[in-house]
Amino acid sequence: MPDRTETFAGGFANAVFDSQAVFRTLMDCMARPGQTGEVTLSLAPPAPLGIAAGAVMLTLCDHDTPVWLSPKLSQSPVPGWLAFHGGAPLTTERHEARFAFFEGRAPLPSLGAFALGSQEYPDRSTTLIIEVASLDNGQPLTLSGPGIRDTAGIAPNGLPADFLRQWSGNGALFPRGVDVVLTAGRRLVALPRTCKITAKTLTESVAETPASEG
Amino acid sequence: MSAPHTEPVTAPESAGEAELAAYNFAYLDEQTKRMIRRAILKAIAIPGYQVPFASREMPMPYGWGTGGVQVTAAIIGPEDVLKVIDQGADDTTNAVSIRAFFQKVAAVRATTHTADATIIQTRHRIPEHTLKEGQVLVYQVPIPEPLRFLEPRETETRKMHALEEYGLMHVKLYEDIARHGRIATTYAYPVKVHGRYVMDPSPTPKFDNPKMHRSEALQLFGAGREKRIYAVPPHTDVVSLDFEDHPFEVQQFDRPCALCGATHVYLDEVVLDDRGGRMFVCSDTDYCETRQAEGHVGEMLATSEREAAE
Ligand SMILES: [Zn+2]
Repeated sequence: MPDRTETFAGGFANAVFDSQAVFRTLMDCMARPGQTGEVTLSLAPPAPLGIAAGAVMLTLCDHDTPVWLSPKLSQSPVPGWLAFHGGAPLTTERHEARFAFFEGRAPLPSLGAFALGSQEYPDRSTTLIIEVASLDNGQPLTLSGPGIRDTAGIAPNGLPADFLRQWSGNGALFPRGVDVVLTAGRRLVALPRTCKITAKTLTESVAETPASEG
Repeated sequence: MSAPHTEPVTAPESAGEAELAAYNFAYLDEQTKRMIRRAILKAIAIPGYQVPFASREMPMPYGWGTGGVQVTAAIIGPEDVLKVIDQGADDTTNAVSIRAFFQKVAAVRATTHTADATIIQTRHRIPEHTLKEGQVLVYQVPIPEPLRFLEPRETETRKMHALEEYGLMHVKLYEDIARHGRIATTYAYPVKVHGRYVMDPSPTPKFDNPKMHRSEALQLFGAGREKRIYAVPPHTDVVSLDFEDHPFEVQQFDRPCALCGATHVYLDEVVLDDRGGRMFVCSDTDYCETRQAEGHVGEMLATSEREAAE
């Protein structure tokens, strides 16, 4: 039985203005992949759901959006919290999910098992919210695509093992595909399906150093 | 507001709810905002693709920009500064009504200065002042489907977009060339976004098409009656369709603005008298007034100042 306090507490203090603020942060990040957004308002989602992930959940999920939770999240107080604050139905069918949430270090199932949309309606696809340990002290990644002038960089720490390989497969399905929001505590970065990600190689980083000095 | 205030379309279950709904920030109820917000995020993720959404009735008639109004209502917050233009002007009935609407339902600050606005809702123009990062341009769109006049059936146009089958559009443009010696389309000139979707830029003059290309601002499009939302993220390729032997060209004006002397801007013709007198002035009133305030003088102003001095 989940803790009742956790179920009813920890939502938005002011649903109207808080969700607007979170949405604008998320919209700006979706429009500018690589840009880090921060959820500054007070919110206390039950562990192991992070603050930014919880904020996205309350901002976007409701009874029109089936939500898939990772095994660990489904066994936490999160389902009760979501039901109370958002009223969204849970689904165990990945391809039915409009949103899917993963706590830190959760294994990532095949992205292709989620809703990818159809060629006619590519918008009917899952958005995955994946918690990582940090967005800036992990593996340096180079991003390019719509929303990015030349390239952008992130360095997420704790990305699921085969994420990059899966992400490149997702990109090949365009216009179908899933979209991803990486969250780390209060911070978030959005990766729309158009975003190309390459791991910075050692030689590239070395080659960049003299150029930035010159 | 000239249009009467009407009840929100979501049927209230009790009198209490109806009362509450009347005081919704930015008019829309929260469930509707969530639905529109989800559509906006998918629109950004698939540049140029038209996302269907459950358009609500707004307290203004279709054709008054209800799609753009719903997009603005879903994104606007207390910190925003709103500018609304119609054909480049802030003071037309449509622009004034929409601005007053948001001042009433969202208590936001309004401006006529392009550079000061965080959200610019527009009908038929893109401001001349280059938009910057952090600004959102919201277009009011009457007919979002660029293929509609070639194919009336939605199932067919969906299929054409799905298969990237845009041959008909090129045939239509080429017929223009055969008939007129050039592409005659001057408004709502079709563009290809991120090398994939052919998109209707809304009935802006084709003069404005190049401003969409790799703009620093986020561009959102709302079609109320047709229930579609689409988007162009910043720094995204927006290419006007053309042919190698007939490259895309914007309208040229053979004279500068009569009031501020600006060149390379979109000009409107203004009839001065019933003897055929006329002048050409900036369609973007804020741009023109800002230039005049900076001391730029066009031919007409120079003439009237000379006359006043004599
Ligand atoms: Zn002028």
